[in-house]
Amino acid sequence: MSLQETKPLTGRIEEVGGVVEFADYVAGGGYEAARKAVTTMSPADVISQVKDANLCGRGGAGFPTGTKWGFVPQGDAHDGGVKYLVCNGDEMEPGTFKDRYLITYNPHLLVEGMIIGAYAIGAEKAFVFLRGEYHTPKQALAQAIADAEAKGYLGKNIFGTDFNLDLRIHSSGGRYICGEETALLNALEGKRAQPRTKPPFPPASGAWGRPTIVNNVETFCNVPPIITRGTNWYRDLGITDDCGTKIYGVSGRVKNPGLWELPIGTTIREIIETHAGGMQDGFKLRGLLPGGASTDFLVEEHFDLAMDFQTIRAAGSRMGTGTMILMDDSICPVDMSRNLQHFFAQESCGFCTPCREGLPWIEQLLLDIEEGRGKPGDLDILDQNAQYIGAPGNTFCLHATGAIEPLQSALKYFREDFEKHITDGKCPYK
Amino acid sequence: MAKIYVEGKEYEAEAGENLLHAVLSQSIDLPYFCWHPAMGSVGACRQCAVIQYADEEDTRGRLMMACMTPVMDGLRISVEAAQAKDFRSSVIEWLMENHPHDCPVCEEGGECHLQDMTVMTGHSMRRFESKKRTWRNQNLGPFIGHEMNRCITCYRCVRFYGDYAGGTDLAALGSRSRVYFGRVEDGTLESEFSGNLVEVCPTGVFTDKPFSQHYSRKWDLQSAPSICPGCSVGCNTIASERYGVLKRLHNRYNSEVNSYFLCDRGRFGSHFVNSQKRIRHAATKAEDGTFEYGDLDKVVTQAASHLEGTIGIGSPRASVEANYALKKLVGAENFCAGFSDLDETLLKEIAEIRKTGGFHSPSIAQIEEADAILILGEDISNTAARIALSVRQAVRGVSFDMARSANIPEWQDAGVRGHAQHNQNPLFIAVNGTTRVDDIAVAKCNGSNDEIARAGFGIAAEIDGDYAVGDDSEFVKNVAQTLKKASKPLIISGTGAQNQAVIQAAANIAWALNSEARQASLLYVVGEANAMGSLLLGGSVTMSDALNRMESGSSAIVLENDLYRRADSKLVSAAIGGIKSLTCLDSLGHSTVEQADTVFPAATYAEQTGTFVNLEARAQRFYQVFQPTDDIRPSYEWISEIAKKADRADLNWQSIAELTDVCDQEALNGVKEASVDANYRVENQFKLPRQTHRYSGRTAMFADQSVHEPKTAEDRETPFSYSMEGENPGDQDGSTIPYVWTPGWNSNQSVFKFQEEVAGPLKGGDPGKLLTEVNPERPANASDIYSLVPETTNGNNGLVITPSYSVFGSDELSSSSWPIAERSPAPFARLNPADASKLGVTDGSGVFVSEQPDQKYEVIVDSNLAQGTVGLAVGFNGFNTIGTDTASLQVDLDYRARPTGEERILAKN
Repeated sequence: MSLQETKPLTGRIEEVGGVVEFADYVAGGGYEAARKAVTTMSPADVISQVKDANLCGRGGAGFPTGTKWGFVPQGDAHDGGVKYLVCNGDEMEPGTFKDRYLITYNPHLLVEGMIIGAYAIGAEKAFVFLRGEYHTPKQALAQAIADAEAKGYLGKNIFGTDFNLDLRIHSSGGRYICGEETALLNALEGKRAQPRTKPPFPPASGAWGRPTIVNNVETFCNVPPIITRGTNWYRDLGITDDCGTKIYGVSGRVKNPGLWELPIGTTIREIIETHAGGMQDGFKLRGLLPGGASTDFLVEEHFDLAMDFQTIRAAGSRMGTGTMILMDDSICPVDMSRNLQHFFAQESCGFCTPCREGLPWIEQLLLDIEEGRGKPGDLDILDQNAQYIGAPGNTFCLHATGAIEPLQSALKYFREDFEKHITDGKCPYK
Repeated sequence: MAKIYVEGKEYEAEAGENLLHAVLSQSIDLPYFCWHPAMGSVGACRQCAVIQYADEEDTRGRLMMACMTPVMDGLRISVEAAQAKDFRSSVIEWLMENHPHDCPVCEEGGECHLQDMTVMTGHSMRRFESKKRTWRNQNLGPFIGHEMNRCITCYRCVRFYGDYAGGTDLAALGSRSRVYFGRVEDGTLESEFSGNLVEVCPTGVFTDKPFSQHYSRKWDLQSAPSICPGCSVGCNTIASERYGVLKRLHNRYNSEVNSYFLCDRGRFGSHFVNSQKRIRHAATKAEDGTFEYGDLDKVVTQAASHLEGTIGIGSPRASVEANYALKKLVGAENFCAGFSDLDETLLKEIAEIRKTGGFHSPSIAQIEEADAILILGEDISNTAARIALSVRQAVRGVSFDMARSANIPEWQDAGVRGHAQHNQNPLFIAVNGTTRVDDIAVAKCNGSNDEIARAGFGIAAEIDGDYAVGDDSEFVKNVAQTLKKASKPLIISGTGAQNQAVIQAAANIAWALNSEARQASLLYVVGEANAMGSLLLGGSVTMSDALNRMESGSSAIVLENDLYRRADSKLVSAAIGGIKSLTCLDSLGHSTVEQADTVFPAATYAEQTGTFVNLEARAQRFYQVFQPTDDIRPSYEWISEIAKKADRADLNWQSIAELTDVCDQEALNGVKEASVDANYRVENQFKLPRQTHRYSGRTAMFADQSVHEPKTAEDRETPFSYSMEGENPGDQDGSTIPYVWTPGWNSNQSVFKFQEEVAGPLKGGDPGKLLTEVNPERPANASDIYSLVPETTNGNNGLVITPSYSVFGSDELSSSSWPIAERSPAPFARLNPADASKLGVTDGSGVFVSEQPDQKYEVIVDSNLAQGTVGLAVGFNGFNTIGTDTASLQVDLDYRARPTGEERILAKN
């Protein structure tokens, strides 16, 4: 049995033992999914197959991909103008490095996924919005695009049909907020990277005011296998109700940090203990951020939960990108919170008040507490700010909501640490 | 309409409108910053949070931003719920982290929206203990002060300056908690609408620099409703005084005219009132040629002794009343309206066209409804800048259509703009040379003004073959096809081109377009503030006839007019040389005044009450802001004094209201409806206070001169008082709003309390009365009216002159305002690059016109100016005294270019 059967995203990388070049990719059945979709399926068929497979967005929100594609005006509802397909490769979530791996080692999978996606929504222009620092992935992807163009898989009359696709890479100027799809579109248009009001949602009015679909790298990479191997196969891959595989990652003091493609729904404990090799000797796991910096802490009681969208949501956090950051018992939760808030305050786009002015205040309070200057009452201010900044809808976009998730949960699970800092006037971890 | 419930109480609101708009329209106080009634919502500040309930049972609800929430039938909200109030107070607390506590030294203090909102939310205790953010400020030129430390990052400035007004040199720079609103480097803000930043900014970041130099608190200002004298648009203003100095001008809302915005000529041009060039004493000329003053009676007697057969020359920059008084004094047969011969011809043509009818005459607000616009020969960005701002909004019309079909509410500003991108309604500009609305034009046509007229005739003929045939270019076809497709096309032209055929061609196009299915609008820009008023009053003597009669020994009384701006200087000098006696009434000194035998110091618009008639024939009242000192009096009062001395019983009005009545009965029917009479009282009992109820220093202001408390001046002529006593409730007659203030709303944001609903008409009706209406019915013979198409221009080896305007400098009065003088260019000559290189000149070179060797012009190379033409600056060197249509230029090798504003600022730094 081919490795690609159980690991549709990374199996070929393992088979090849490194970067999957064009020839390797084609030898492993590459571009057959695109050929099948473009030459034998209608766009509606493609969308319904992706829908049936229950593919959910891998960028963090977990929105059903097929449903999203279905929002794009087609046929009579479409005014005949240009549509855009955009790949969100602005992977800036702290602790997250799955897209970099996929693009670097298996770039054709992304290209093929985008060909199918573009065909499905009727887009003839596509962009990969790539994190600015991703130089190596950019080279790999540029090579892949060139190879695909040379073979006629991109460009005019793809697979001899009248379907055209122009695929380009756009290197980001570098802001975390560009991971928010509408801020990404503004940045792509050359405007300030500020999120947009929704509605209109991008499928109705996105890049340059035209219908646009934005999907994450990993999401696109799931599409070719779904087309090739079918929805039943894909649905069976998942352990829980969610479908397919997921690239899980672990960073922190484990013996073997890294990332692994596993059936979606693998438990946290299995990921950490079996795949990441467990904690390093002398360190105990106290808590973890399951899917990047902008997710709530999970603690001991949650470690046997399945890593899927619904389960983690039910536990009060989000699976997010599926790449966890571990906090062991040597790490001060106050200092870690301060570090996280520093990041979010710095990456605020500066558009709305609570995020722009509230996060730096929180950072400052956490710094004061960490450095022994905390005062009674500071936690009340933190609680109040967290409540007002974090509630979705209070801020313009979800950046601040994401920022508050790790803080609010840290205040909940590690409150005695915060209190001790204030009563002792110093950090007990130093 | 929809029913909404606020605190359980039912209100009517427009479905689909944003909730903030609806709530404020009900006069419910809800704090906000980033939303602006003319610019819509973006959801940046998060200040207008309310609780929205799912239904009657819902007691928890959820927090919503009112500005981003559409009104729906049955919507239930609470403004007062504790959670909403607490959140709004938190927003202020966040904003106050970095806002300096400098209110006592901040120009905005006392009329600061941020202060008002802070008090409104109840935030008072500071909990943030870190350092405040600080910035380096920029020198933004003579108009606008910059104090970035006060910024609360509401984004209103860049939304107005860039998105609304089309400016490109002010931007939001940087990100996170360090967003800087400024230019890339120090330098004068380029947009001629920069002054609106002062009113748009909710706090003291952008301040009125000239005002700062002689600053007073808003509550210490004595104010009255006024009309801008800067051009023929007639923007409504609030003019404010203290210590006998006109301190500043603010926008006065009129939904039909200027709504919320003024141009910089208007806002900063008012300082001519305080100019050193003011004439302050009535004087007679002594034998030795110097002026003598001190004996008023002698001056009046002398003027009165020359009334027999005297010529009266009126002025398009003087009030209707002053012009009428003079006309009555000298008799209609001796009255000249005061235009140049050419202006008079052009204006009479415009009057004739308006009388003929066959098109819609739009208000300034209605310009924004046009779905295709052609500008023919009029550089509106320099001659009537406020109109250019409206044109800018009109081209956005299609974006609202697009938004509607994408279910994006009109008020959702970022969404509408993002969705529409660069789609716009078509704007065509046939103006020789670069204008500042070129950036939104889909096509431009240049050429001498005869050629512009030929293009105009061509467009009319292309639309309807019955009209006289003109040029037949791609531009002409494109314009004709596009205008035909529009449902509300608009043609803008005017006297600026100084070309009769241009005016006629514009009429032909409007007539050719106008049909039952298509309402064509036509608007003529007419030059000065009361040009239309002077035109309607009329004069039976032309300027050259008047000058001839003066040369032959007749006397003349010249009202607020410098004849050297109206006719060839040689003719004027000859006329004054032969004159029996010259009497001048004016506020500022100039060449004509210098040669007068008798001079009377005239009040400026701020020191008197009167009426101007704007380009749409809207009569609008301006009220005396403060009483002038020394001998200064309104011109009509001097005329009355002269009449009395000559025992003329027919000029014995007791007040300006009486004079307006007389004028209404005898000459301009309807003009008195632009004003209220002296007996008008709020709630039938209160006068309208020029001073705020917090006006301070009444007994101390002049204590350095006398310790006795001065008697409060009485005003028997208008319903306003020179005190803080009275009422300014907001629902009085719309023309009588001396300032905007309501409890809790000390800033200009309080204007919504004076409106029927947000951005709607004023509660007491929008000011102004249209004196003439245009009959939209097209006459049957419209195509036969103008069939004389001018020939293609032949420069005869010279360059054909195009009058070229500068918003700063071309206008007579505002040029004497020091901030405007700082922004005014050197007298300029625009040249096509090919002509410039033929002459061997470049930007900044000096040239003079052979026929006018004593005047220098600085070259501006302009690729939008047709080859073979030269754009000569109007209002600088008096080029209209050249007396020819063409000019031959000579290079002035000694010329040194005047430093630009940028260079001056960089040198200062």
